[in-house]
Amino acid sequence: MVELMTPLFVILCPALAAPLILLFGKRPNIREGWTIAAGIATFTLVLSMIPPIVDGEVITYTFFQTIFEGVACGFKVDAFGLIFALTSSSLWILVSFYSIGYMRSLKEHAQTRFFFSFALAIFGAMGIALSANLLTMFIFYEILTVSTYPLVIHDQTPEALSAGRKYFAYLLTSGVFFLFAVMMTYYLTHTTDFTNGGIPALATAPRLTLVLLFFCFLLGFLKAAWMPFHSWLPTAMVAPTPVSALLHAVAVVKAGVFGIVRVVCYIYGVDLMREVYVLNEQLTLGLILACIAGFTMIVANLFAIAQDNLKRRLAYSTISQLSYIILGAALLTPDGIRGAMLHIPFHGYMKITLFLCAGAIMVVTGKRNISEMAGVGKIMPRTMLAFTITAFGMIGIPPAVGFISKWYLCLGTLEGGGIMMIFLFVLLLSSLLDVVYFFPIVHTAFFKEPEGEEKAVEVKEAPLFMLIPLVITAVFSIIFFLAFVLRPVEILSPFADILSLHIYELVGIAVENVLA
Amino acid sequence: MILTEQFPVLIVTIGVFAGYTILLAGWLNRKSCFYLCLMTILAQLVMAIFVLRHVLTVGIIHYWLGGWRPPWGIEYVVDALNAYVLVIVLFIGLIGAIYSKRSVEHEIEARKHVTFYTIFQLIVAGMCGVVVTGDMFNMYVLYEVASLTTYALIASAGGRALRASYTYLVMGSIGICFYLLGVGFLYSVTGSLNMRDVSLLLPPLYGSRVVQAAFVFFFVGLSIKMGLFPLHIWKPDAYTYAPSAVSVIISAAMSTVTVYALIRVIYSVFTLEFIRSYVGVDITICWIAAIGIVAGSMLAIVQHNLKRMLAYSSISQMGYFVLGVGLSPISSWGLLGAVAHLSNHTIMKGCLFMAAGAFIYKYGLWDIRDFEGLGKKMPYASAAFTLAAISMIGVPPSAGFVTKLFLILAALHSTEVFYGYAYVFVAVILFSSLLNIVYFWRVIERMYFVKTEEALNGGVKEGDAPMSMLMPMLLLAALCIVVGMVWLTKIPLPFIADTLSELGLGVLP
Repeated sequence: MVELMTPLFVILCPALAAPLILLFGKRPNIREGWTIAAGIATFTLVLSMIPPIVDGEVITYTFFQTIFEGVACGFKVDAFGLIFALTSSSLWILVSFYSIGYMRSLKEHAQTRFFFSFALAIFGAMGIALSANLLTMFIFYEILTVSTYPLVIHDQTPEALSAGRKYFAYLLTSGVFFLFAVMMTYYLTHTTDFTNGGIPALATAPRLTLVLLFFCFLLGFLKAAWMPFHSWLPTAMVAPTPVSALLHAVAVVKAGVFGIVRVVCYIYGVDLMREVYVLNEQLTLGLILACIAGFTMIVANLFAIAQDNLKRRLAYSTISQLSYIILGAALLTPDGIRGAMLHIPFHGYMKITLFLCAGAIMVVTGKRNISEMAGVGKIMPRTMLAFTITAFGMIGIPPAVGFISKWYLCLGTLEGGGIMMIFLFVLLLSSLLDVVYFFPIVHTAFFKEPEGEEKAVEVKEAPLFMLIPLVITAVFSIIFFLAFVLRPVEILSPFADILSLHIYELVGIAVENVLA
Repeated sequence: MILTEQFPVLIVTIGVFAGYTILLAGWLNRKSCFYLCLMTILAQLVMAIFVLRHVLTVGIIHYWLGGWRPPWGIEYVVDALNAYVLVIVLFIGLIGAIYSKRSVEHEIEARKHVTFYTIFQLIVAGMCGVVVTGDMFNMYVLYEVASLTTYALIASAGGRALRASYTYLVMGSIGICFYLLGVGFLYSVTGSLNMRDVSLLLPPLYGSRVVQAAFVFFFVGLSIKMGLFPLHIWKPDAYTYAPSAVSVIISAAMSTVTVYALIRVIYSVFTLEFIRSYVGVDITICWIAAIGIVAGSMLAIVQHNLKRMLAYSSISQMGYFVLGVGLSPISSWGLLGAVAHLSNHTIMKGCLFMAAGAFIYKYGLWDIRDFEGLGKKMPYASAAFTLAAISMIGVPPSAGFVTKLFLILAALHSTEVFYGYAYVFVAVILFSSLLNIVYFWRVIERMYFVKTEEALNGGVKEGDAPMSMLMPMLLLAALCIVVGMVWLTKIPLPFIADTLSELGLGVLP
């Protein structure tokens, strides 16, 4: 345990950027400068926390002891939290550049409000990543919900306002369940700290209480968009694309699954999840969670196939991919949890590339529906190349990194044995369905001829501010894969680690912590 | 310090004398009334802070009026809870007075200003008196001083306010008469009016019907004065049609004082032992409170007039207080929730009513449906409203969130006694958060996010409310967050420990 002020500074960067953005609203370039500066500062600080954590330390910082005995409001950065923090902070910088390009190309209104809410949302996400206990996490969780609302309703059309109301209806109700679960945990155990292997005192609670408490936690994490409470996510696609990228890859949904993994591994603990059952001895909490995840995976993919709007299709794809993470945690095996934790950053990078491409297509051609995107591959070859590579990654085909996390998840199902092996088939079926809805997009973009105009197609990419971030995220998706392949090689190992932001090492440490 | 021990009575007497002084000074110079009122309340607040410090460091203040020994003489007793409520009441009185300057100029005819400030000063003096006194009949007297002056001030707006004030007058008088009946019953069996004395004389009589009836009379009477559902009929009209500054004071300060009176009567007169011996009374109180919380919020959702909506919101908030009081016999967290809510509710409601008053002052906007674009036209007032609304909803780390946290924990502890029913109370508290979101968010959405023709064209910026109305609002909005965070830390622990021990409850588990 190392007491450092770094976590405090990590939080302060976006928190201070927010009012500065408001103040400099009339000077757009300086205003954007604050966002970029805060992003770079946050990422640097998060990077600086890697060495101690990789050595096995845990960084703590306590704000104050609360009036509740045994609960302090503060941060405890362990390997798992650092993974989420790295994902959020690195992607914030890239999405910020992208947003600048996007907002200025479209000459959007209310840009100050946009960047202000963005900074506050990242403040919330970083707080969630670094929090030491459920109460601190709850505080930042609600801040995240409230701060992303202005982003969702940005367009202020009646449709956007209605989407915002639905967003709040789902997520604030979910917050209420989360609050109940936090207070119940405190009442049962007199602590809400994330403990490796789960809070021991929780095991003494009555079984029915534990079952109901778990479901309250699950309902508290509707940000993870598990079915049937997922429909806020496709509806929230009315938001501008940088926001959808943020919602889908970085902040909101990953905070949801992060919370679920935290509860499964650090509050309940793997052993308790295996022991507590509903009705029948076989129907353990782990199995129920895995079933929910499996159901979501398949059904969300089926919904995705039916969508014509590109962003909505990607939204359902996200719902499905989030359930991969939930399934990995529910498997309660080392490889399963490893797969889940790896999928958090990997899916983040891949999905964000897909969304950024969708936004670029919208800006350049004005098209939102896949059926209209014939020939886009010729107009925007680089964008569509990035899209294709990462789409393959989502399916699970190298060279993008999606293959690695899916591989570990499959290994996890085999390790789980018994009834858990069914989920191997669920995973494979889901990957197959991924092909069914990703492939047509690629096919339409590259190989279909656009109807009507015969004029020569000129290459017109999105502005550089938008193009470069999405290329970077696509390239990193490949780098993560290469890093995994090259890690065993002695000479290249340090470079591989640095390039992959030490993700593999951190996940290794986190899995050890969980299963200690 | 001996001087500090005189402060409680000084606060009340200065208030009353200032009332006279304002009336006389008003003959000479109408403008001076406001400043006299302001200075007096400021002086009272400074004294109250010294009193609080004294009580927390040295001990309880006992002051015998006229030097007559209790229980024959009237005694002023100030302990931790008293001093805390006194500071809150005077603080909101001061802030409200600053706010009232422009608001009163706008809403009340110039020739009535002198009387307005006289009566305003007397309201504050009466409320302070209720808070510091240790004698039950004296509490009745001073409460009536505060109430009658309130009826007058509400009526000063004219028009529909006259009818509203009359309804409040009738119901409030019934309420305080019930309180007086309770005092009378206790006097008849104990022969004393002093709170501490009665609490010592009552224990052998706990089983007596007279004492039990007295308790019910106290509870019902103070519920009428508080506006707890279903005895709330006077509240919506009174809060809506009163002048804005008066709405602020009665919603923020008067309700605080009434809840304080309820806590004082239940825990210092009828002690905890009585409630434990009177089987079923705690769960009855909790159920009444729970129904009130939900009913108040549901009625608020259908309102279009902003002030009326806030009035129903107040009715719901009274339920929180009473739920905290009802859960206290089982878990001290309940009383902590009620005590914390005394400060939190004052700050939040004061800010909300001030913002509502600012909207009326600047643009004459009463109806929520007209609020489009208000976020741009009056940015600071809208921001204050939004912060206070977020706090009412219970988004951490604000003040409203802290109250809910304490009450939920109290309800969870009460599962040991109430078994399954306690989860109903938890559900009620959480559900009320959602109901709050419904009716507050439509206001915020309309203020900021609905596109209007004007907003698209750049909008006409006539400016925000004047500074003397904005500064109090913004201060309260900032306090919503700051006070919320303070309650989460261990800073209030010494105060809480003192309060709980003085009221006979154990330490926080």
